[in-house]
Amino acid sequence: MSDLLQIIDREGNKVGTVPRVKKEVFLDMYRAMVRTRAFDDRCMKLQRTGKVGFSVPNRGIEAVSVGAAAALDISKDWVAPHYRDFGIMLYHGVSPERMMDTMFGNEADSAVGRQMPVHFSFRKPLNFLSISSPLGTQVPQAVGIAMAMKTRGEDGAVLTTFGDGSTSASGFHSGMNWAGVFNSPTVFLCQNNQWAISCPSEQQTKSSSYAIKGEAYGVPGVRVDGNDVLAMYRAVSQAVKRARAGDGPTLIEAVTFRMGGHSTSDDPTKYVDPELVTYWEQRDPIVRFSAFLHAEGILNEAADATLREEAKDEMLAAARAAEAKPVPVLTSVFEDVFEETPAHLKKQSAFCVDHYSSRGEGVNEKGEFPL
Amino acid sequence: MSELTLVQAVNDGLRVAMKEDESVLVLGQDVGPKGGVFLATDGLHAEFGEDRCFDTPLSEDGIVGVGIGMAMNGMKPVCEIQFQDFIFPAFDQIVSEAAKMRYRSGGQYTVPMVIRTPYGGGIRGGLYHSQSGEAYFAHTPGLKVVIPSNPYDAKGLLIAAIQDPDPVLFMEPKALYRAFRQEVPDGLYTVPLSTTATVVEGEDCVIYCWGAMVPVCKTAAERVSESRGKSIRVIDLRTLMPLDEEAVIQATRECGRVVVVQEAPRFCGYASEISAILAENAVDSLEAPIQRVTGFDTPFPNTLENYYIPDARRVVDAIEQVLDY
Repeated sequence: MSDLLQIIDREGNKVGTVPRVKKEVFLDMYRAMVRTRAFDDRCMKLQRTGKVGFSVPNRGIEAVSVGAAAALDISKDWVAPHYRDFGIMLYHGVSPERMMDTMFGNEADSAVGRQMPVHFSFRKPLNFLSISSPLGTQVPQAVGIAMAMKTRGEDGAVLTTFGDGSTSASGFHSGMNWAGVFNSPTVFLCQNNQWAISCPSEQQTKSSSYAIKGEAYGVPGVRVDGNDVLAMYRAVSQAVKRARAGDGPTLIEAVTFRMGGHSTSDDPTKYVDPELVTYWEQRDPIVRFSAFLHAEGILNEAADATLREEAKDEMLAAARAAEAKPVPVLTSVFEDVFEETPAHLKKQSAFCVDHYSSRGEGVNEKGEFPL
Repeated sequence: MSELTLVQAVNDGLRVAMKEDESVLVLGQDVGPKGGVFLATDGLHAEFGEDRCFDTPLSEDGIVGVGIGMAMNGMKPVCEIQFQDFIFPAFDQIVSEAAKMRYRSGGQYTVPMVIRTPYGGGIRGGLYHSQSGEAYFAHTPGLKVVIPSNPYDAKGLLIAAIQDPDPVLFMEPKALYRAFRQEVPDGLYTVPLSTTATVVEGEDCVIYCWGAMVPVCKTAAERVSESRGKSIRVIDLRTLMPLDEEAVIQATRECGRVVVVQEAPRFCGYASEISAILAENAVDSLEAPIQRVTGFDTPFPNTLENYYIPDARRVVDAIEQVLDY
């Protein structure tokens, strides 16, 4: 289990067989990684300036999300994600503005301002399941989605992602166990970023790795250098191929490092050794992939610089657009509890609107009612 | 028409729903070839095959979590939790996930799923095969809670629950599984959710009850009618969430005296919610304080369960108390 799948080393040198894909795919991956970092940076700034309440740093884990995303065919594959996976959405064309709508919880937010920032949910352009705060609950759900595909004879696969901490939660166990028993077309991607808030891996498990946990469920486990986007792409592609062929689930452990705190509410300097941070900074997934692309002649300095600038501008524009949108209407609090709003909720909705409008609240500046 | 017990009516309801819609499937522990520990799924595995009716690992959060995934992806799973007492490992999946999915995704993802589970005492099942946990679930926004009390309703409500676009917890009173038979129509019919049923007509007092307490309340009402010459209305709530509040308020206005009966422990029970609704909306019609007849605030006992579960004598006493006030 000590074997770590790696295709490019930390200097960007080839140490394995490079996937044979068009160079546009490499560029798409690189762009998505750069945009993921830019989105993350912008969210951190928005939180630090008090414009949004919360974010979840994605710095350092970009290759995990993007490499996995690139291996999916979103016309038939689904994603049951955890909250540290901005790159999956950005790779597959969810617009940063729609993501910023969720960060701001505005009226255009797909979750209608009901969830905390970062808890994205999209049905288009890909089935990116609504993110939950309770950990690991998406894992058995992913198995159910996959079993439904299998029952109907479809050849889709479901990628479910979770952190190292979630392997201790019941959802991981029940999901893995079911997937083994039912041979469901599910890809389990453990983003081992080495921290569950402040608790390191040693406090999470005595197993020699996370990948080895698959063995007990009859699910093959693979350990991958999570800062190597090509290794991630290769591992997830192979797992998806197995799933489509009816060969069942795979557990992938992506070894990476969370370069920021758990969330904007966390101060990792209290518990993370700065030397460890330096060690992982030298293994930055974007720097590494950039070096590879330069060496291969796929990207040059000027294009790289332009791409990075464009990403920053794009995220700033998305944030400004989302910030300008109004909050959801007050009545939206009472909708989508059930398909049809029952009488008691209609009553509570009417009360809430009356109560606040009579005090001049819940009315927006355009005088439209109710806000 | 067939003369069926309640558990046979559940079985028939599942069969009809599975025939009607091929996305309906049944999963749970021992629901396959064995047909369920109470035989609620008897014959379904043979008739519909492994893909439509299958046994699962012993994992309640898996049963519900996998069911949620299937429901989000086009299927209509009917999950069985073998005893309601064993549902708690799945509490997170039910309360945090199934109940909130529509809301938290702005309607993009929905969970048209039924969780069937036998509940309540009367089989000498002790602490962990007897509980009535409806209040935990009726308290959860986004989840429907349905409890039938007779074979006709069991089939009609179950089919309505399976057709419903939202997650439904369908609690089956195991004490009534084989208690009596009733004529049940063959084939498809539904009993609409969120409707109550008046099972005994009356105007001097109204009893609100559900599930296994319905026959107990009918007996009590009949006894008081005979002994006191008063007419006691018995209303079976059938759907606890969303409740037909107007029906409850209206019957209270008509009868003026109220008893609420539940098998569950007293404190923060569903009977308390009914009492509060009436206190807020119909206090001007009340001619006596509302009386609750409930289980006790203890875990559910085994040997002495008959002293725990409300019986007709306790209900009669409560009716007399409100009549004599």
